[in-house]
Amino acid sequence: MAGWFARGRTSLVGRLIGTFLGQSRTIAGILVWIGLGVVLTILVLALLAPFIAPFDPNTKVASPELPPGGAFVMGTDRGGQDVLSRIIWGSRVPLAIIAVSTTISLALGLPLGLVSGFAGGRMDRGILLVMDSIYAFPGLLLAIAIAAVIGRGILNISFAIAVVYIPTYFRVIRTHVTSVKQEPYVEAAVALGMPRRRVIGRYILPNVAQSIPVIFSVNAADAVLTEAGLAVLGLGLPPGIPDWGFDISLNWQRFDVSWWATFFPGLFILILTTALTFVGEGLNDILNPLLRKREYKAGAQA
Amino acid sequence: MSALLELEHLSVTFETPQGPVHAVQDVSLTIEGGSIVGLVGESGCGKSTLGRAILRLLPENATVAGSVRFAGRDVLALSPKEIRDLRGRNLAMIFQDPMTRLNPLMRIRDHFIETIRAHNPAVRQGQALERAKKVLADVRVPSDRLGMYPHELSGGMRQRVMIALCLLFKPALLIADEPTTALDVILEAQILQLLQSIMHEYSMSVLLITHNLGLVAEFSDRVAVMYAGRIAEEGATPPLFREPRHPYTQGLLRSVIDLETTSLYSVPGEPPSLLGETAGCPFYPRCDKRMAVCETVYPEPRLVGEDHRKVACHLY
Repeated sequence: MAGWFARGRTSLVGRLIGTFLGQSRTIAGILVWIGLGVVLTILVLALLAPFIAPFDPNTKVASPELPPGGAFVMGTDRGGQDVLSRIIWGSRVPLAIIAVSTTISLALGLPLGLVSGFAGGRMDRGILLVMDSIYAFPGLLLAIAIAAVIGRGILNISFAIAVVYIPTYFRVIRTHVTSVKQEPYVEAAVALGMPRRRVIGRYILPNVAQSIPVIFSVNAADAVLTEAGLAVLGLGLPPGIPDWGFDISLNWQRFDVSWWATFFPGLFILILTTALTFVGEGLNDILNPLLRKREYKAGAQA
Repeated sequence: MSALLELEHLSVTFETPQGPVHAVQDVSLTIEGGSIVGLVGESGCGKSTLGRAILRLLPENATVAGSVRFAGRDVLALSPKEIRDLRGRNLAMIFQDPMTRLNPLMRIRDHFIETIRAHNPAVRQGQALERAKKVLADVRVPSDRLGMYPHELSGGMRQRVMIALCLLFKPALLIADEPTTALDVILEAQILQLLQSIMHEYSMSVLLITHNLGLVAEFSDRVAVMYAGRIAEEGATPPLFREPRHPYTQGLLRSVIDLETTSLYSVPGEPPSLLGETAGCPFYPRCDKRMAVCETVYPEPRLVGEDHRKVACHLY
């Protein structure tokens, strides 16, 4: 299957998957598999929450602050709610936020980076200035400010996180474009009368696409942390939606009495972000253009 | 015969942090329809810049003065859309390094489809492939190469594919910027013979940019010798090679190796820096026939001799 993908008979996505499958037995590849496995498990938990969760996450099912054991594998929190059930239901929030926020930042950051890097000149400098000023703010601070202005809700929080990440996509893509546009085949395409749109879409984009999955996973990991951070600060989702970050903010002051109610949501945040980082780091090693170039050169001499 | 391409007082200046670099200075050159003109000179003399200036492929820090008239149209005044239309359709260019001129992620067939659709978006894939097969046959590339990626082809094959891409719209002028420098001698002859035969088939003119005097002597109708951004001598090929007039051309021809050569001649000194303004003849420091006037006054090119050769030298 790896060979079939690697021949690139399919699309851009197929090619990237092919490159990955071709190296899936290396250390980097194994890292990606582990990360993907964990993320997929959490995704299944989230999708099947109504069937898996032993209790309703929002009802008081027992006395508050019962230690882990018995019917309550992870104990109960201050409100007498089952911690495990809240964690299972709560996994929906980070995943939804990852999906929405990375889509928004990719949808804005990628085209801006492509156009800015390709056009150069005054327009490039203008966009760069705007992006750099967003980038200069500490991410969480900016997200807090945006969340404070536009209010709560999954969409709003995703948007706040997306704004923080647009410059990351923009910068990586733009830098990559400025080097790819110097490639002789780009000049050759222009000399053949290719319009800008096609040069960007068919000659530049496919050659910078390998940076996208890497930023995507780093972005996703950070989105989880930022969302949790916002929730802890009270700028998260409205009460009633189970959320890891919110649970931490609810219980952490009672850590010395009922550590489990804070510890387990935190553990899951850690697991999810670590898994996403594994995916990002692994993909970086596999798709990194520098490493790939070396491999290509060795192949050309053989 | 009518003039297909007319360059008049063409100058190209690059703005650099070190100051303006005059890569091409006051070049006037005419290419007649159906002819091969050779543009020779050593590395860095502005040959490639001249070729790119014709297609307006220069980077943004370049300023172009003078005029480029192609088939009666002022190329430098065309709108971005008009110049894009001209490129690949009427005016095409092949390059020195065929290994890197094709998008490594696109199959050969997609290069053809993209090029055809760039000029004619309505063409369907099947029709485009038919046309691709036809031009590939003209450059003697088997059509099964269409399904391959650039890295699966040899350098010679890739250059043929590049030529085929240029031929799709039967351009009137092909600028060949050192088309064979990266290839070995056998391929070099093959590619140039190919160009020559295609030229007749497609009634196309060629501007052959090269540092290889042998190629120019064999293939071109006229030669322009370039030195330090200026044209030193220009005329019909046979008399120019038989009796070079400009001291630089003389030196250049003496430095060609043949079987009788026992010691290799090289023009002494180095080409001047193109940075900043220069007065006088650019070849002055290296010239073995220099006179006092050469240091201060640039010799405007004038027609010399019975063969009406243009020579930029105070000797004539």
